[in-house]
Amino acid sequence: MTEPNPMDAALLRGMTQRRLNRRDALRISGLSAMALALAACGVKGQGTSTPTTPAADAVAKFWAGKTKKGHLDFANWPLYMDPKKPELAEFTKQTGITVNYQEVIQEMGPWFAKVQPQLAAGQSIGYDLMVITNGIQFAQFVKSNFLAPLDHAQLPNFTANAGATYKKSTYDPGNVYSVPWTSGMTGIAYDPEKVKNPITKLADLWNPAYKGKVGMFSDTQELANFGLLAEGIDPAKSTKADWQKAADRLKQQKDAGIVRKYYDQAYIDALGSGEVWITQAWSGDVLQKNVSDGTNFQFVIPEEGGTIWTDNFAIPITAAAPVDAIMAMDFFYKPEIAASLAEFIGYVTPVPSAQPIMQKDADADTTDNKDYLELVAKSPLVFPDASTLAKLHYYVDFPDAATQTAFQNIFEPLVLS
Amino acid sequence: MGRSLRARLAPYGLILPGGLWLLVFFVVPMAAMVSLSLTEGDVVSGFSQTFHFQTYVDAFHNYQSQIYRSLVYGLITTVVQIILAFPVAYWIAFRGGVRKSTYLFLLLLPFFVSFVLRTISWKFILTDDGLLLTPLKAWHVVPDNFHIIGTAPAVILGLTYNFLPFMVLPIYVALERIDPRVVEAARDLYASPVAVFRKVIFPLALPGVFAGVLMTFVPTSSDYVNAEVLGSSSTTMIGQVIQAQYLRSQNYPTASALSFSLMAILLVGIFIYARILGTEDVLKVAAR
Repeated sequence: MTEPNPMDAALLRGMTQRRLNRRDALRISGLSAMALALAACGVKGQGTSTPTTPAADAVAKFWAGKTKKGHLDFANWPLYMDPKKPELAEFTKQTGITVNYQEVIQEMGPWFAKVQPQLAAGQSIGYDLMVITNGIQFAQFVKSNFLAPLDHAQLPNFTANAGATYKKSTYDPGNVYSVPWTSGMTGIAYDPEKVKNPITKLADLWNPAYKGKVGMFSDTQELANFGLLAEGIDPAKSTKADWQKAADRLKQQKDAGIVRKYYDQAYIDALGSGEVWITQAWSGDVLQKNVSDGTNFQFVIPEEGGTIWTDNFAIPITAAAPVDAIMAMDFFYKPEIAASLAEFIGYVTPVPSAQPIMQKDADADTTDNKDYLELVAKSPLVFPDASTLAKLHYYVDFPDAATQTAFQNIFEPLVLS
Repeated sequence: MGRSLRARLAPYGLILPGGLWLLVFFVVPMAAMVSLSLTEGDVVSGFSQTFHFQTYVDAFHNYQSQIYRSLVYGLITTVVQIILAFPVAYWIAFRGGVRKSTYLFLLLLPFFVSFVLRTISWKFILTDDGLLLTPLKAWHVVPDNFHIIGTAPAVILGLTYNFLPFMVLPIYVALERIDPRVVEAARDLYASPVAVFRKVIFPLALPGVFAGVLMTFVPTSSDYVNAEVLGSSSTTMIGQVIQAQYLRSQNYPTASALSFSLMAILLVGIFIYARILGTEDVLKVAAR
């Protein structure tokens, strides 16, 4: 008789059953799903990689059939209008359009990031008119086709009253998508009671005597310009190596504990509350703060140079009331309205004929506001002369997206970490 | 094979709902994130897949202090929470009596209010002229320019407060499961209360501690609300950086690289911890 098979049952099973059991099957399917997802991914961009001028009929196509709605939602930066909004009241009186004015823009980067998803999906952002600075984000708005092309037939006041330089901008030639709101300068603001010596140079922002009391902007373009100017480099001619040098200089300022914080628009409140004594600042904000709070902050454009930028009216392409928006744009180019606005905000107005009106208002004023009106009617911060303009530089310009990404990657870690 | 096709496919069918959910909501997003972290480009001109590993190196180099700080804060928070949670859980489990569920409900009551609102209310309590510091400054216990907001202790306090129930509940569950006869037996064998705790109760509660650590260390390290509200620029955590990169700068490759790295670090940390704790199979303990 043969012996019963001495082989172990398990061994027999292992040799005869399938090698691939259920667990292996699941494992393989999971891994392959993952691998497929990995290889397939790439996120499509919204815009074209080369800047395109819109087709000649794009203006006609956009504005065809658009009518006045009677209501306007206007997004702007803080400190760009008298809180009593006399200009908007006048606008409502003359045109019957009610305006919902919101000061929701604090910094360009976050604003673009906030509205980009909705605009990319073709949805309304809740605003018909917004004010955006020339710079990286402006170019992104244009490239992504997020801005409506303007119909200059509906902008007679702009054509008649705007200064020549504002019709020749490099960032929006021909004013296809925007017309200027105001221009402004970035310099240094300081509290003379806390900072005993008058400040004149950028190097003062690096002074260890003000450790922990210095504010800088969190906008990478503003920060980079000051870093470059502190190193004696012209931003318009700067290269990647220059940016690295500027970033190292700024990092040294940060590591030494000199910078308290990197601010957006809220720097002016920090200056007011004494959180910082000396800070990067925008020209008109300081003038307004002195009037509204009775403070005595000083604003100065440093010897090494400052920055000049232009904030522009733009209509998002998904605006619900573009006709009302363009009427508002044109309204602010009336000389008396431009004068009224510039008198309050203290920024550079794009309407040169506002100056004689402001001078007349200053002469006629008998209240204690007279000194301030005199100041803004003649100030080089509101009507810059050639010597002031010579010290001012634009933001760094980028020939392509890769350079821009490299720029952001150099300066963002300073602000975010 | 004697089994019908239906019998062989049945297990796969049973796994299908859970497996599909895991695949769609976990595996695919994870893979998409890893894939995105290897792309280059920007939002306007699109991201193209180039397997650009340099992103990881750059992200680590630029934000290493944030990563380190987040892990340290997470660790300190977890340790503090174990110290705070254990007595609470012990008391509810052993001395709670009839009202155990009431006490647990009271513990969870703050969760009815939004996480962010609770953190902001801590900011009001701890601010320079707030509820806590005004009397202390009036009695000259602390100097006049003393501030709590904006320092590391404020952030750790916020983190500890917000995640405490996640530590108390697992420890409570583990303590609940301890058979009281084991404790009795220890007492019968002449063990002092301290020895009973040290040799019987604490080791039996360790799986609960492990689960609590799992549920607090990971969210605490990646939190950004507390650092945003209660901290300053010297206490930034990696969660804030990731959020800023995703939502403000729209730099998706760096943000994804940081997310994935953080996840990997936390996973490695948890596995090492499980080994030290002596649990042979991490998944088995977590499931208990």
